[in-house]
Amino acid sequence: MTPVPRLGDDARASGWDRSADPEKDPALIPDPATTDVPAQLRKAIEDAMARYPDSRSAAIPALHAAQELHGWCSPEAIEQVACVMQVTPAYLDSVASFYDMLENHPVGRHSVYVCTNISCSLRGADALLAAIGEAAADDADFNVRSFECLGACDIAPMASVDGVYVGPLSIDDVPQLLDDARSGRPVLPDKQLATRLVADPRANSQQFPPHAVEQGSSR
Amino acid sequence: MLLLKDIDEPGLNTLPVYEARGGYAALRKALEMTPADVLSELEASGLRGRGGAGFQMGKKVSFLPQGSMDKYLVCNADESEPGTFKDRELMQKNPHLLIEGIVIASYAAGADRSFIYIRGEYVLQADVLDAALAQAREAGYVGEQILGSDHSLSLVVHRGAGAYICGEETGLLDSLEGKRGNPRLKPPFPANQGLYQGPTLINNVETLSTVPAIMTMGAKQYAELGVQTSTGTKLVSISGHVQRPGNYEIELGIPAREIIYGLAGGPPVGSEIKCWFPGGSSAPVLTPDDLDVPYDFDSLAKAGSMLGSGAIIVVDDSTPIVELALKVAMFYRHESCGKCTPCREGTNWTVKMLQRIDSGEATPMDLDIMASVQDHIIGNCLCVLGDAMAMPIGSMIAKFRDEFEAHIEAARARAGLTLGSVPADEQALLAHGTS
Repeated sequence: MTPVPRLGDDARASGWDRSADPEKDPALIPDPATTDVPAQLRKAIEDAMARYPDSRSAAIPALHAAQELHGWCSPEAIEQVACVMQVTPAYLDSVASFYDMLENHPVGRHSVYVCTNISCSLRGADALLAAIGEAAADDADFNVRSFECLGACDIAPMASVDGVYVGPLSIDDVPQLLDDARSGRPVLPDKQLATRLVADPRANSQQFPPHAVEQGSSR
Repeated sequence: MLLLKDIDEPGLNTLPVYEARGGYAALRKALEMTPADVLSELEASGLRGRGGAGFQMGKKVSFLPQGSMDKYLVCNADESEPGTFKDRELMQKNPHLLIEGIVIASYAAGADRSFIYIRGEYVLQADVLDAALAQAREAGYVGEQILGSDHSLSLVVHRGAGAYICGEETGLLDSLEGKRGNPRLKPPFPANQGLYQGPTLINNVETLSTVPAIMTMGAKQYAELGVQTSTGTKLVSISGHVQRPGNYEIELGIPAREIIYGLAGGPPVGSEIKCWFPGGSSAPVLTPDDLDVPYDFDSLAKAGSMLGSGAIIVVDDSTPIVELALKVAMFYRHESCGKCTPCREGTNWTVKMLQRIDSGEATPMDLDIMASVQDHIIGNCLCVLGDAMAMPIGSMIAKFRDEFEAHIEAARARAGLTLGSVPADEQALLAHGTS
């Protein structure tokens, strides 16, 4: 029998390893007069708040905007959002810790989400994830992680690289995938989902030449 | 072909091409009718929700209370059911179809505010929707007094941030209100108290995208497609071990064999189908014996599974069933929101027990315990996420018990824990567990 793995602070369950400081009072809603919020971020959050009948609906878009600026939902980022939205930092922490796309730890700026759900793993996603993870291991710019079903099982195994879906991927694609992401080029242009036609052969009339169709279906 | 017809036509995601193809004519037609007449068309069409539960769409609309108050329409575009990718294709290539469907449905329901809750991973699709929405707004299809009628509607594309549970309607509403996506106790149902405590209609992308076709062709003609209790066409996302994975539009009621073998080309040459999920990973698995079941809501329910979101995942005989079960269980463990104990603990313990099976620490008795864990999850939580794991895992244990037992024995032998190495009294205990 293997012993029960222990996390930080001797905790058995994840989530309890980052203990709060009980000596401190809980953080209040930040004071706009003393909290410095970058103008661009403030505008993004206020625009989001204006779209909804209840401004708190903007929590996810606001945290997204802050994450884009700070790289992750850092205490500073949370405080800035809390200041503009006039909610407590704890409330936003509760939201940020719930969703997979909001990061609670510093991560590399290029996200590589490799889908490892059923359809992709049936087609070799686990080996793909291992290969990408190994190839990017020494590069702190990359945030390589397995992700639950990304909704692209038709191009399995696949990955979302900085939000762009590519697949079907083989291990041989890994060096170019990382290179493209690093240099800011379009990632594996031939394998992008955006250019893919629907699988059903009865769907499209014959009069569209395939190349015109491909260009039209991408944005 | 109602939904996928010429879907790759260049520029279909822009308003001029969509209008040239007759787009927004269904909306004009609907606005000339009374909301009650539009509603009765939707009811007469027999259209059932395409998101998973298969509830009659027209009936759902009719549950909204009458009278003037803030009513909401939310389009569920948080497509996260493993194996499902039909909404992605619709939104990316024909966004105006969805917008038109939303405006018509909101007219029937009397809703004046609407939202599309799209999963955050669908960056391209959300961008396409935002661009299409801006065009539709400018042309007067969305906004105040649409096309000179009394109907007004605001529409916001809301991007999620990666959580399967936000596809559950009440979890989605909490998430849209800016909270953690925890499901709510029902009743009250969203039709009475949904978003911001107001009456709310929630429909899937494909359901709403079908609405314009129903208005154009008429409910009567639409209802002639498919079979009596499952009318119309359905997008099927097929993936896994098939030669041509992708989205196909079928008339409901055709045999599943025709979809898996005819359209998708069947499993790779040299392998056989071991099992298949007919409606996403939440559906109990079926075996090759069930391939001639008609692909519609009620026939699949009768066969012991469900149509769900219309996602077929084919698994061939090269895949160990324990590995498949573990993948399924790990997904639900990760996605359980943690609000209800049976789901939070049940998904966790199912993963642990499956890992024990694989590492050779399990006994056949564990299979019964694991099956009973599934029974204790079903029906005991606020939402069906736990059930969505319990049903496929339960079906795998029931249908592939021999393989589970063989896997246990093989793993025990690898780990040096054969029956011969245990004392006699414990052997009796183990043998008892198998009876």
